Amino acid sequence: MSKQLNLTLQVWRQNGPDEAGHFETYTAEGISEDMSFLEMLDTINEGLVQSGQTPIEFDHDCREGICGTCSLMINGQAHGQEKATTTCQLHMRKFNDGDTIVVEPFRARAFPVVRDLVVDRSSFDRIIEAGGYISVNTGAASDANLTPVPKEAADTSFDAAACIGCGACVAACPNSAAQLFTSAKLAHLNLIPQGQAQRFERTENMVETMESFFGSCTNHGECHEACPKDISLDFIAFMNRDYVKAKVKNRKLAGQT
Amino acid sequence: MATLDSKIPDGSIADKWENHKFSMKLVNPNNKRRFEIIVVGTGLAGASAAASLSELGYRVKVFTFHDSPRRAHSIAAQGGINAAKNYTNDGDSVHRLFYDTVKGGDYRSREANVHRLAEVSVNIIDQAAAQGVPFAREYGGLLDNRSFGGAQVSRTFYARGQTGQQLLLGAYQALAKQIAAGSVELHTRTELLDVVLKDGRACGIVTRDLVSGEVGSHSAHAVVLATGGYGNVYYLSTNAMASNVTAAWRAHRKGAFFANACYTQIHPTCIPASDEFQSKLTLMSESLRNDGRIWVPDTFDDSRSPNEVPEGERDYYLERKYPAFGNLVPRDVASRNAKTVVDQGKGVGTLKNGVYLDFADVIDRDGEDVVRAKYGNLFDMYENITGENPYKVPMRIYPAIHYTMGGVWVDYNLMTTIPGCYSIGEANFSDHGANRLGASALMQGLADGYFVLPYTIGDDLAGRLGEAVVPTDDPVFLEAEAAVNSQVDRFMSIGGTRSVDWFHRELGKIVWDYIGMERTKEGLEKALSEIPALEEEFWKDLRLLGSAATLNSSLEKAGRVADFFELAKLMARDALEREESCGGHFRAEHQTEEGEAQRDDENFAHVAAWEWTGADSVQTRHQEELIFENVALTQRSYK
Repeated sequence: MSKQLNLTLQVWRQNGPDEAGHFETYTAEGISEDMSFLEMLDTINEGLVQSGQTPIEFDHDCREGICGTCSLMINGQAHGQEKATTTCQLHMRKFNDGDTIVVEPFRARAFPVVRDLVVDRSSFDRIIEAGGYISVNTGAASDANLTPVPKEAADTSFDAAACIGCGACVAACPNSAAQLFTSAKLAHLNLIPQGQAQRFERTENMVETMESFFGSCTNHGECHEACPKDISLDFIAFMNRDYVKAKVKNRKLAGQT
Repeated sequence: MATLDSKIPDGSIADKWENHKFSMKLVNPNNKRRFEIIVVGTGLAGASAAASLSELGYRVKVFTFHDSPRRAHSIAAQGGINAAKNYTNDGDSVHRLFYDTVKGGDYRSREANVHRLAEVSVNIIDQAAAQGVPFAREYGGLLDNRSFGGAQVSRTFYARGQTGQQLLLGAYQALAKQIAAGSVELHTRTELLDVVLKDGRACGIVTRDLVSGEVGSHSAHAVVLATGGYGNVYYLSTNAMASNVTAAWRAHRKGAFFANACYTQIHPTCIPASDEFQSKLTLMSESLRNDGRIWVPDTFDDSRSPNEVPEGERDYYLERKYPAFGNLVPRDVASRNAKTVVDQGKGVGTLKNGVYLDFADVIDRDGEDVVRAKYGNLFDMYENITGENPYKVPMRIYPAIHYTMGGVWVDYNLMTTIPGCYSIGEANFSDHGANRLGASALMQGLADGYFVLPYTIGDDLAGRLGEAVVPTDDPVFLEAEAAVNSQVDRFMSIGGTRSVDWFHRELGKIVWDYIGMERTKEGLEKALSEIPALEEEFWKDLRLLGSAATLNSSLEKAGRVADFFELAKLMARDALEREESCGGHFRAEHQTEEGEAQRDDENFAHVAAWEWTGADSVQTRHQEELIFENVALTQRSYK
């Protein structure tokens, strides 16, 4: 029989974006150490339904660490204390019997609370719409092997593209900045030959859209520490360089409008 | 009454799609903007279709119940995507991919559809590479391929173990480009709850805003359902928690035939459930079977730890029964054999619900470092989930459901039996027959969305120039909204004692036990008596709390589980009527002496498509005969 934990949870409850929220205290007894953190919340919800209370809303879907839907600040850390782990992959054996666990939504002005632990991260989609794509209409592509991509570029591009868009970087940042997300999405495309045609237009548009929603980066590095996919801070440096280049290259000469 | 006209074009198999493309009517570029199209779902099929249709000039509205289009469950596909590029010079061709897919589907798919799929497979890779999908590359910068799922050629393109994620990001970014251009209207956290028809033709949908609870309507000239498969009917599956059959099912209730519901695929190497509250099963790559040896203890209810069981008291049952293929027998064979030993009481782990996958031999032979280099990330994932170190203790694995080949019946144009309503990707039944090959799901989703639907939808729309969409205050919409609202009210007012998850879990147990890896007449009949009983209880004893006017995920689930109940009954009926074994459908009564699936080509080389005839009556079974002119039907053997 696996180990059982008795826990106290302080969970943020909030009815809607414009309503005041508060912490509720729940006890979770007989939690199996084999449960994931979200299964522990399922268990609490099952108990709430039995006792006639409204279950806690939280975002989740694939439960295998790839869709980026799950979130949560667990004891003040985005996705909890484990490195490079999403909340759905965090297991209860990482906690101790008798622990008190504080569960909050990702907090950032650009991520308004929808209800309880659910937040609205659609500002990330606005950043992608600003230029996080390569404009190639369906059918227009030539044979894939006509454009060799150096293996190193492809691999680094993949490292950036592994971002799951969960928003932990923003939640962990004291400034609620989205540099890690934006730079990962930008580097994915700017590093490879296919992305060159729109490179500087993309950079300027994505960075400035990001700034319209999020705070500024002051190099704390908390984003990387919280990132479930271990996205490197180097991409932020890469983005900053490309942004400077973009401001020069995109500058219109006098007389041109 | 709708009829089953598959509309397969004339001509030789290699010419059908080309001829069809030429013979279809076109919509003039300037007229495309006069048509509105609704796309439901933003996985590979939905996102690629919505992006491609809007690039052509159609006005597109796209709907997802997720908070962002990029969350769709296509994102979790690991292995890769097949394409007949023959970049490896090992003899692949469109015809070989076609042949392998028809054979792999155990001769229960349409030749014409599969050939088209193989033809456009090459365009998908070109398109995805141009979008910047970071496929694995060789040192020369060209694309790398691997052999996958027992294929004899290397035709699988991949992006580490996250091919689905990267392809979905490509399609999502193409969609984002069109949203930014103002030609796609995106609706997130919005769920389809009904398909609306006027004069027999699809004219729009009714949706519920999952945040405000508001029920509303959207009209269009055509409706495309790209809403994925129904594996979550089993409760425990490798699907995402919110994956559901609701869009497909509500279309079925409005007249779309539902085909081959019993064709479901089991993946042999998943981590077994650890307790009652387990919410999903995690798939471990099948590549582990290349080096791991599968066994169970000889004795029943053996409670010793695996390392204490001496060699002589272990049963390496796959190596024993299939000496030639051993641990590498196909998915369904490996799965059924695991079930057999667990059912006998030889299962391992606390819940006695798994078999061992042991790496001790390969670690002895090659050393731990070699094994770590090959499977390190998988071993870490296993240890993270189970808390056990697979370098020291054998892994425990058990089969789980992970794909459904059945789905909404569509013709060659991907149109359902509701005129104007289309279904693409896993939601339809079209290309995989009774069994899907590895790395073919991504291929089909993107083929439908990028390269098939954008052509075929125009053929139907061309004749409708000047037709206005049905206004959303038309009685057909108001009636559908009223029905949706009354179902929501009904759920909220039951006031019973049990949660929706409880019902889903209980339903899943029945479906898994009787309509799972192995089906029998007796079991299916039992399912047909137990499911309605539980369903009746659901409608009497469900307890939903909170409000219907806010985010309420229990209410969302209630609607999905209600549809799963109806689907489960159809799956049982479909499995009962199909008196043969084929692919993922294994009827214990129909097996060869070797324990292999025994097809009955004379009586069952057809698609079973079911027509809804009302909530109180059993659906009517229709048949679409399958004609094999290019592939000879053979029997598999793995001895």
